[in-house]
Amino acid sequence: MRRFEMRLRVGAAAVALLAAGAAQAADVEVLHWWTSGGEAAALNVLKEDLEGQGIGWQDMPVAGGGGEQAMTVLRARVTAGDAPTAVQALGFDILDWGAQGALADLNDVAAQEGWDEVVPEALQAFAKYDGKWISAPVNVHSTNWVWANKAVLDDNGIAVPETWEDFVAAVETLSAAGVTPIAHGGQAWQDATVFDAVAMSAGGPEFYKAAFIDLDEEALGSDTMKEAFDRMAFIRANVDDNFSGRDWNLATAMVINGEAGFQMMGDWAKGEFLNADKVPGEDFLCFRFPGTQEQVTFNADQFMMFDQGGVVSDEQAALASAILSPSFQSAFNVVKGSVPARTDVSDEAFDACGKQGMADLAAAASSGNLFGSMAHGHANPAAVKNAIYDVVTAHFNGEYDSETAVSELVDAVSIAQ
Amino acid sequence: MAVATQDTAIRTGRFARALIYLVLLLFVLFYMLPLYVMLVNSVKPLSEITGGGMMALPQVWTLEPWAKAWSTAQIGVQPTGLRPYFWNSISMVVPAVAISTVLGALNGYVLTKWRFRGDTILFGLMLFACFIPFQIVLIPMAAVLGFLGLSGSTAGLVLVHVVYGVGFSTLYFRNYYAVFPTELVRAAQIDGAGFFQIFWRILVPSSGPIAVVCIIWQFTNIWNDFLFGASFASGDGAPMTVALNNLVQSSTGVKEYNVHFAGAILAALPTLLVYIVAGRYFVRGLMAGSVKG
Amino acid sequence: MAANATPDFRTRLQTWLPKLVLSPSLAMVLVFVYGFIGFTVYVSFTNSRILPFVGPDGQPTHDLIGFTNYAKLFSLSHWEISLTNMAIFAGLYIVICTLIGLILAILLDQKIRGEGFLRPLYLYPMALSFIVTGTAWKWFLDPGIGLENIMQTWGWESFSFDWIKNRDFAIYTIVLAAVWQTSGFVMAMFLAGLRGIDNEILKAAQMDGASNWNLYRRIIIPQLRPAFLSAFVILAHLAIKTFDLVIAMTGGGPGRATELPATFMYSYTFSRNQMGIGASSAVIMLMTIAAIMIPYLYAELREKK
Repeated sequence: MRRFEMRLRVGAAAVALLAAGAAQAADVEVLHWWTSGGEAAALNVLKEDLEGQGIGWQDMPVAGGGGEQAMTVLRARVTAGDAPTAVQALGFDILDWGAQGALADLNDVAAQEGWDEVVPEALQAFAKYDGKWISAPVNVHSTNWVWANKAVLDDNGIAVPETWEDFVAAVETLSAAGVTPIAHGGQAWQDATVFDAVAMSAGGPEFYKAAFIDLDEEALGSDTMKEAFDRMAFIRANVDDNFSGRDWNLATAMVINGEAGFQMMGDWAKGEFLNADKVPGEDFLCFRFPGTQEQVTFNADQFMMFDQGGVVSDEQAALASAILSPSFQSAFNVVKGSVPARTDVSDEAFDACGKQGMADLAAAASSGNLFGSMAHGHANPAAVKNAIYDVVTAHFNGEYDSETAVSELVDAVSIAQ
Repeated sequence: MAVATQDTAIRTGRFARALIYLVLLLFVLFYMLPLYVMLVNSVKPLSEITGGGMMALPQVWTLEPWAKAWSTAQIGVQPTGLRPYFWNSISMVVPAVAISTVLGALNGYVLTKWRFRGDTILFGLMLFACFIPFQIVLIPMAAVLGFLGLSGSTAGLVLVHVVYGVGFSTLYFRNYYAVFPTELVRAAQIDGAGFFQIFWRILVPSSGPIAVVCIIWQFTNIWNDFLFGASFASGDGAPMTVALNNLVQSSTGVKEYNVHFAGAILAALPTLLVYIVAGRYFVRGLMAGSVKG
Repeated sequence: MAANATPDFRTRLQTWLPKLVLSPSLAMVLVFVYGFIGFTVYVSFTNSRILPFVGPDGQPTHDLIGFTNYAKLFSLSHWEISLTNMAIFAGLYIVICTLIGLILAILLDQKIRGEGFLRPLYLYPMALSFIVTGTAWKWFLDPGIGLENIMQTWGWESFSFDWIKNRDFAIYTIVLAAVWQTSGFVMAMFLAGLRGIDNEILKAAQMDGASNWNLYRRIIIPQLRPAFLSAFVILAHLAIKTFDLVIAMTGGGPGRATELPATFMYSYTFSRNQMGIGASSAVIMLMTIAAIMIPYLYAELREKK
């Protein structure tokens, strides 16, 4: 095995040389999973921008599992000593690669473009490792949104719920009226997305931080956590029978078609409404999950920049600064449903929900209410995140009662660390 | 139908025969079901699918999903459709199938006609290799390909598929050649024919049936591989399955199920074609050797 | 062969040539299969997370931690569920595929009109990858839009078929789709076996007044032993490798109800950045495969000597 290890080292070194040579070809290779029409069109803006500067774009799309497939491919590419120039990534994955020493030092570009001033600090925590910028943030998604069909709410005399109790009342009204109260897709990440908001609402920001970010055993095993699971059980009781395995966009379609009242989902759901020619404020409503009006739980897509033999090539620097340019940030995020990763971009091009999202983000960032989303890998590392998924999903599907779920959660998190 | 010439000892009554046909047709339904779902939904407008009629025939027939999947659907940043990736798959599959089949034939020939001490153990080692789960070889394979400078190339992919295909192709040919009369080989040897002459003149001409089995098996497996294709090909050089995956698995946005199904059938056409064209030889090939003890 | 070579050289070459021809394949297998298995075993004793061995910066990324990964593995309820599911899945899959394959082969062997037409229809699922057919199955089994919905719109109001959404039954839908894919192939193997049986023996037995049932039970099926063995080996290895199918149909859900060892291993190695645990689960899988395969190989290969 020693010999094999040696060979690996030699191989990596040899290929690093090759890669350094290839970098002069004035191309950037970009690994990403944005292959749906709107996303790809938005990314094409970036591609054309670079081509205008004489930089070629080698596209390397690998879709699947919200980037899981792309991360597997990345592992193979890095092991082969052939890392792409830039790779779309989320949260802790970026820090993990940073810890491996695999990423470039973008501090020069960042200083030149003034990233430190315009990118919210909670987001910087995922774009910097050891004081060095290693990645260029593209957007901020916030995940504690509720999407509602306005006509359904109006018909049943329901106002936008402000508190959990309001929400319970609204759900029960809809249920009595024979409408599916909550549209939901039973996939682990969707269950966890709901759980994010529910836990935040049940225990407030300190609790959320203690449980999901600091992984404090006391918070994880607390009565508040049990309350959060109880609320999940309430939500489970008010989805339709056929929720299991459903894709999130089909759940969104239920709200669009008036078959269901609410859906808890990140801001990417907005695109589905817009595609169906629905107008925010008139046909559908977007509001923060009841009890989390002050907070924003976010996840951010970024492009992490791989080290290319110790130097940041001109092409890589151009790509990084193009990603953070206000024009791209605006153009991309209008299409994607998310909001810009820098807080100084004009909200002119955005619709009502987009404008609110930008305002919420700025407010939450300045009041210390901006937190990484557990469900989307911005609160704790992948191993812990998935361990939490396991428990949340098992509970949501009736495998555990709330009490068992709390104790399983404590165990699962401690095993995964 | 060769009713008069092919004699079978089993006799069945009229009622039993009707029952047999019924059962066989029921199984046809079972096997055709997913294909029906795919076909029927690939010629519908999207609104009819999301409207709920999954099994119903289309009210409006359209070939647009097919055209879109082939030439304008979004695979990466540019809306290229599946078309450019088709050639990538072909240029990977053809050499990989050819090389692994030839190697398998030679190995089978050596293992049955030029036996030496320990050959069964070597064969056992090769056979066990068929059963390794591909997920575990991903990372070390990447390291080796990087070391060889084959990372991100079609040659690298061909190598990977040859490596993991040679076990099965050896198995097929070995079992086939095992029942091939060794006397013929010995006689040729006495006549002074060499190793390759014997192989080329005596074994190859009669290897047709098993070659078909081997080619079908390898072609299907390699064409349908996703994991290696995604990991070891460059973006432009990605095989069809990776492109199809990008089409089907896109994370957000409207899911155009009709385009997905059309693309899925397009991606499967070559393998379907191979089965339909060569299918009749398949059973014959299996019969000729691979299951005989 | 070079014409001017001495006979001595030629003979020597002829004795070495077979081994020379075999050696590239053998070398590949040794490195790419057994070398990699060794690598996996090694990783399973380390605390590797994202990358095994050295990171891109040349620093080792792991320490040796003995059997800790194995201890963790067997304390995970997730792994326990995967193993239980594997037992259910593999058992049913192998038995049902073999039964259907055998029955179809026997029926097709009754001088069926249109056999050439039916055979490819039974075989074609083997040609499709599950990236494709998984979605079709998922839809068909979905109570909201699939079979249940259709039966209900046809007037059978009480018809219920929600297995894929049901934690206790979802694994059986995976069996169903897997059987769909491979039973035709098993049929071909049995059909080949049946066609290889000498008709004279059957006729002789029939003269003695044996019924069809007895012909099959006593004479034909026992003669199919090699086909049964081949089918078992192919099915067993497909069962252990089953991965795409689960990902496409249920993604391991509802909850964790359809997790299998292969999906477990992939998830720990690649999604959860716990490569050490992933590798230890792979080692257990390999040991299971070996436990099935080695006795088979031993029996098969010894017999042929």
